[in-house]
Amino acid sequence: MIAETLQELVAPIESGASIALPPTRSGPAIAATRALIETGAKDLHLIAIPTSGLQADLLIGAGRVATMESAGVTLDEFGQAPRFVDAVKQGTLKLKDTTCPALVSALQAGEKGIPFIPMRGLIGSDLLKHREDYQVIDNPFARSGDPIVVLPAIVPDFALFHAPLADRHGNVWIGKARELMTMAHAARHTLVSAEEIVDEDLMADPLRSPATIPAHYVTKIAQAERGCWPLGLAGCYDLDAEAMSAYARMARTAEGFAQFLEDGPEPAQQVAAE
Amino acid sequence: MDYSSEELLICVIARLLEGVEHIAVGVSSPIPGSAALLQRSLSDGATRVTVLNSRQLQALNDGVTELFDMAAQGRIGAFFLSGGQIDGSGNINLVGVGDYPQMRVRWSGSFGSALLYYLVPKVILFRDEHTRRTMVEKVDFISAPGTSAEGVHRPGGPHALVTNLCAFSFDKEKARFRLESIHPGHSLEEVRDNTGFVFDCPDHVPKTPAPEPERLALLRGPLAAEVADPYPKFAARVWGV
Repeated sequence: MIAETLQELVAPIESGASIALPPTRSGPAIAATRALIETGAKDLHLIAIPTSGLQADLLIGAGRVATMESAGVTLDEFGQAPRFVDAVKQGTLKLKDTTCPALVSALQAGEKGIPFIPMRGLIGSDLLKHREDYQVIDNPFARSGDPIVVLPAIVPDFALFHAPLADRHGNVWIGKARELMTMAHAARHTLVSAEEIVDEDLMADPLRSPATIPAHYVTKIAQAERGCWPLGLAGCYDLDAEAMSAYARMARTAEGFAQFLEDGPEPAQQVAAE
Repeated sequence: MDYSSEELLICVIARLLEGVEHIAVGVSSPIPGSAALLQRSLSDGATRVTVLNSRQLQALNDGVTELFDMAAQGRIGAFFLSGGQIDGSGNINLVGVGDYPQMRVRWSGSFGSALLYYLVPKVILFRDEHTRRTMVEKVDFISAPGTSAEGVHRPGGPHALVTNLCAFSFDKEKARFRLESIHPGHSLEEVRDNTGFVFDCPDHVPKTPAPEPERLALLRGPLAAEVADPYPKFAARVWGV
């Protein structure tokens, strides 16, 4: 349950796996993503729930991604995700563009163990036109015609994210980032890095258990101090604007991107990983 | 009274929000966000505002799904969308320029548009670059369409398009924009030169009214600090807070 290193945490992810990733403000596991790049696993299918940024860009830049399924890939105030944009222009990525609520709804279908879920919207968009896996059905409960889109359930092979706190039993405290709960419920395996791993049982604490993913859903956890760096983690630390600006600048070229990876994580993380 | 272009746009948008009970605002939309907060302070408690990713203005705790669930239930009265391209039928494009998927220019993606544009009653399109590059005859990719075929569940859609030059309303029956007013310092000729789509135009186009002095005072006083919570850089630049 508790992995000694981030390398051990991500070791189960093999080439061709699908991985659900959280949005930038809900704890992207950047340190663990660096470890994943080192394993050499490739042809990954990334599923952003519902958007991604640096985390997807790192994996794409490292040549590990075959399919990008998302409603948005962006570095937010630091601009476009440069490796994503470059891969789109080169045509090296299979794109499954969609809209935020479609990803969350389809993941909820996965959580419920049902084959599909209907959703409003999408009809008449080019998103729908390019998604052969989405279908339009007639609402069977309507008196007159009511077309509605149905989305196949998303059951990711892995959910990978970073959380502020976990315990040695494998329970993971996520605060308000409820999409992480849905990800863990839907995924076959959930891999979590955490700022801190404590001895007490988080599920036994009535104040914290409502915002805690029970260990039942969690495959492995590992400790990683400042595991989102250079991104921030709500309630723990702010985003490192200087490092994000540096990334946005360097990753405009493949060489600069390689240099950013080689420069490695900031010192605090290296200490934690040793 | 002197005012900035940002203050003018905030007041234009705020007038469109009168009477809305719940206004939601997306990430990185400081001008619409300020307009929503202005409407709230004028509403005597009748208007609630949700600003995504704000620490103080986001009373949501059920993850990213909650905003969309609220919209689908009719709990959101107004929202703001934009587009790398917006066309004369109200279609918006947040994906890129060229042939999909290997586009010449690629933007981030469609985000929540392909649900919110259909379901939120008053969607206000806002774009502070009004050029033939952004206001096009036909978008290269439809992230979300301006109108839907009869029979498609569509309680919401475009209500207005506000740019740095002018304000349009949207006629759902005709699927066309109508020029409502031109901002001070700009002309109809300039609007036509910079618009790639055909729009309806009255014989006399009014000038956009200047911000009301009491609203400017609100913005520069108590609201500047409220805006600084979700949009610190913007508030610092416009009001020096």
